[in-house]
Amino acid sequence: MKKLLERLHNGEILVADGAMGTMLFERGLKSGECPEELNLSRIDILEDIARLYLDAGAEIIQTNTFGGSPLKLASYSLEDEAPLINRNAVSAVKGVVAGRAYVMASCGPCGKILKPYGDTDPEVIFDSFEIQMQAFAESGCDVICIETMMDLREMLLALKAAKKKAPGIPVMATMTYDATTKGFFTIMGDTIEKTSRELEAAGADVIGSNCGNGIENMIRIAEEYRKHTSLPLIIQSNAGLPLIEDGKLVYPETPEFMALKAKELVDIGVSIIGGCCGTTPEHIRAIKKALGSNLSS
Amino acid sequence: MELLSKISFNLQSGFDETVTALTKEAVEKRIPPDEIMNIGLIAGMNIVGEKFKNHEIFLPDVLLAARAMNCAMEVLKPLLIKDGIPIKGKVVIGSVKNDLHDIGKNLVAILLKGAGFEVIDLGNDVPAEKFIRVAAEENADVIGMSALLTTTMPVMKKVVDMAKDEGLYSEVKIMVGGAPVSKAFALEIGADAYSYDGANAVETVESFFRENS
Repeated sequence: MKKLLERLHNGEILVADGAMGTMLFERGLKSGECPEELNLSRIDILEDIARLYLDAGAEIIQTNTFGGSPLKLASYSLEDEAPLINRNAVSAVKGVVAGRAYVMASCGPCGKILKPYGDTDPEVIFDSFEIQMQAFAESGCDVICIETMMDLREMLLALKAAKKKAPGIPVMATMTYDATTKGFFTIMGDTIEKTSRELEAAGADVIGSNCGNGIENMIRIAEEYRKHTSLPLIIQSNAGLPLIEDGKLVYPETPEFMALKAKELVDIGVSIIGGCCGTTPEHIRAIKKALGSNLSS
Repeated sequence: MELLSKISFNLQSGFDETVTALTKEAVEKRIPPDEIMNIGLIAGMNIVGEKFKNHEIFLPDVLLAARAMNCAMEVLKPLLIKDGIPIKGKVVIGSVKNDLHDIGKNLVAILLKGAGFEVIDLGNDVPAEKFIRVAAEENADVIGMSALLTTTMPVMKKVVDMAKDEGLYSEVKIMVGGAPVSKAFALEIGADAYSYDGANAVETVESFFRENS
């Protein structure tokens, strides 16, 4: 398989997968349980989800390691299992895709707030990310995606840990922004301009945004990014904010709607388009189909 | 009240040591503790809340101001209790089960405390049963729930349903918030209110008490 970054720099557009959490809950993960614990007990579920997204046409498939940093796992007393939890998740996806898609190791926030605003030292957070990144490197993922970050400083710690422990593995860095009347900001006040500048300087290979509040906001976020960086962009939008219908969560944005908007993202110059909360293999299939003429693979 | 505006000003800048020292000075000068709290600390936090609402400042500034407020409240609390100053109202707050983050919830707790409410923070991963049990035990006026993940939102509905079953629904106001939550969702599940951010949460809780009085 051709190197991921090479393809992006050649102007190729790639489709990534959709939500993980919703898929896990549908397969028996109970509220209150640790999603990453399944990496020790139910590899079959991980394989099942990877297979569904692969069949839907995703060319980048994520691992179930969003909360796999030891600091985050500590809330379930699973911190000592972190290396195994992360390695198992990568191996599961790798086995399923067998070279037909890139394995993207997911890394989410550690759940702590950095000093001086919170109570956690940067060294503690860095050490925790190092352990996770080391596991990613050992298990041989194709790319690391640090995602849903709301504090640029935490993002930079994770990025530094990735570059140290997994040199040679490309890193994507995606932040989550709130739309305000004054523009887009993370909850900590980081702007897209500042994020672009600092992530680029810190060696991120691909930058962008995930989760958020619907794909239309993501189009504005992508436009803003494009103004401030020449790096390849990734956008993984959620399917809008959900409502409850008949006791079940329903996300408003349909596969057709998101597919239509995905084309606008490509026009802005986004290289990788995937989904976040509420997106399904159907969404990915629709996006893939809509982008058909843009995809060169 | 030169000294009290100084407290408010330093609190807005998040200078916890200065705010604590000034609060002690005010106590020594025999300024009534409720005045120090209302005109110094709460007034300062109100400005912080307002600026946060208008996106002039962000979470880090609010966290620092809140820390300063908490330090000063440690000085004032025993005096307020001694004077029998009544609390404005009691709010039980938490992030619903299996959620990832409690930043938003912490912020609401901070701003509510800053506005003078008693806040019982149940933390993260709070099951529906616990919201109901603590609200009943503590005779709370408000239950506030936060969710960051869309997958955890059904817990909010469960709390509303349980409040109905346990006869708490008319006693306690239920407020929901968090990134994926919307007003339509709050209406749908039968919550009393939806708040879109921390400052709005304080306004909402204040409005509950205006309705009651």
